[in-house]
Amino acid sequence: MIDLTQICRNVGSWLTEIGPVSDIVISSRVRFARNIAGFHFYSQANSKQREEILQFAHDKLMSANLCSKLWYVTMADTSDLERKLLTERHLISKELAEKEGSRAVAWTHDESLAVMINEEDHLRIQVMANGLQLHETFKRICEVDDLLERQIEYAFSSQYGYLTACPTNVGTGIRVSVMLHLPGLKMTQEIEKVFRAAKDMRLAVRGLYGEGSEPIGDFFQLSNQITLGKTEEEIIENLVVHAVEPIVEYEKQARQKLMREKQEALDDKIFRAMGILSNARLISSEEALYMLSFIRLGIHLGRIRGVEISTVNRLFLLSQPAHIQNLYQETYDASQRDRARAEYIRKSLCN
Amino acid sequence: MQCQMCDKTATVHLTEIVNGTKIERHLCEECAQQEGITIKSQVPINELLNNIIAAQEEAQELSDLRCPQCHTSWADFRKRGLLGCPNDYLAFSKALDPLIERAHNGATSHVGRSPAQHKGPAGQQAKMLRLRQELQRAVESENYEIAARIRDEISQMSTN
Repeated sequence: MIDLTQICRNVGSWLTEIGPVSDIVISSRVRFARNIAGFHFYSQANSKQREEILQFAHDKLMSANLCSKLWYVTMADTSDLERKLLTERHLISKELAEKEGSRAVAWTHDESLAVMINEEDHLRIQVMANGLQLHETFKRICEVDDLLERQIEYAFSSQYGYLTACPTNVGTGIRVSVMLHLPGLKMTQEIEKVFRAAKDMRLAVRGLYGEGSEPIGDFFQLSNQITLGKTEEEIIENLVVHAVEPIVEYEKQARQKLMREKQEALDDKIFRAMGILSNARLISSEEALYMLSFIRLGIHLGRIRGVEISTVNRLFLLSQPAHIQNLYQETYDASQRDRARAEYIRKSLCN
Repeated sequence: MQCQMCDKTATVHLTEIVNGTKIERHLCEECAQQEGITIKSQVPINELLNNIIAAQEEAQELSDLRCPQCHTSWADFRKRGLLGCPNDYLAFSKALDPLIERAHNGATSHVGRSPAQHKGPAGQQAKMLRLRQELQRAVESENYEIAARIRDEISQMSTN
């Protein structure tokens, strides 16, 4: 049995590397929705069938020769805190964490690959990478998908492609997303314009934790919604060329404009954030995210020296509620967590 | 307001958003028609009623659709937003096809990756799973003769 609380005292190794364009693109993610032929979709399967799907998927996954070792946990064997830890690490979705039933997740030790079993679809395969690396991420997920396909017959039709429980995912079953850090566009108040353009392109804009989460601290997740009628490569190309690259360019321009025209106001925000995080005695995870967002910007603009970007990336994850709880290994209420979080961040920034 | 293309009074007002910019057009009826913008100004009341009735009948007909494999009905799907099994794509095709087309910006068929069939031991899997489900049903309903036949078929498949 693996010890989740131990693993979650650190960040996944994919997060510690510095990826391309990582001053603006935090991470890239590709996920495939797949269902196993011969079974009902999860929501319509009875409890016995759900258990059967879980066992089947587990056995195939473990014998698929994925070249990296997998950790595997069923939701039934995890505590509430452990499920929250996995959610904060983007290894499982809220749905998998919160709903009852035979559900599980398997992931590689570096946390770059995760496979959820019995979410909305039988399999949700995801590959994550640092910075803007969608093409590499796609290549990797295809390798995984090919290996699994040798073991599992997927529900597939020649007209509609990979058949998914929700028709909005049918076809390629692909969701391509990037996590963007856009403080410049937020401060120059151009962010709404970017979102409107993204929505016109049928792209979804969400918060840090995907579906149903509000954007906090200038972090935005951008992803495709259309999954049918285009190849995976076209969907990725469309997102990169028509959305991510222009947005990155606008963000760079906005940052330069702020440096030229409002450097004092910008510095004020950055150093206030530094002041708060190095001195606060109580801080909520939301405020911490807002402040870390300014620190991140300050480092990339060369205004803050002596703080590593990897420290900030670490704090993003480890200052989340369940991770703070886990680091201090006590049952804390919200205000005790705020104290522990303030202390943890203070120590990390002073070292 | 004057028509943007001639001197007549503009009666057709159109607001479009193209690439994030708002474009407003004010035209008279003739110019609008030339531009390919048609507006049916008056629909006779009986035609309107007939349309509503036809739509209702069709809605009734659709909500009665039911998948023979998982027993999900079209109405269930509309309520939950999730399909019951892969066969629903066939069973509901009449109602589902237009919906998929709308959701995917006019696309009606898949391009992109597809499983290379029969390249591994997966080829027979769907049949095997179906047989196992049938076996379970036969045992539950105490149809032992059928159960024995299915069991033989399964054991033959697994030795092949």
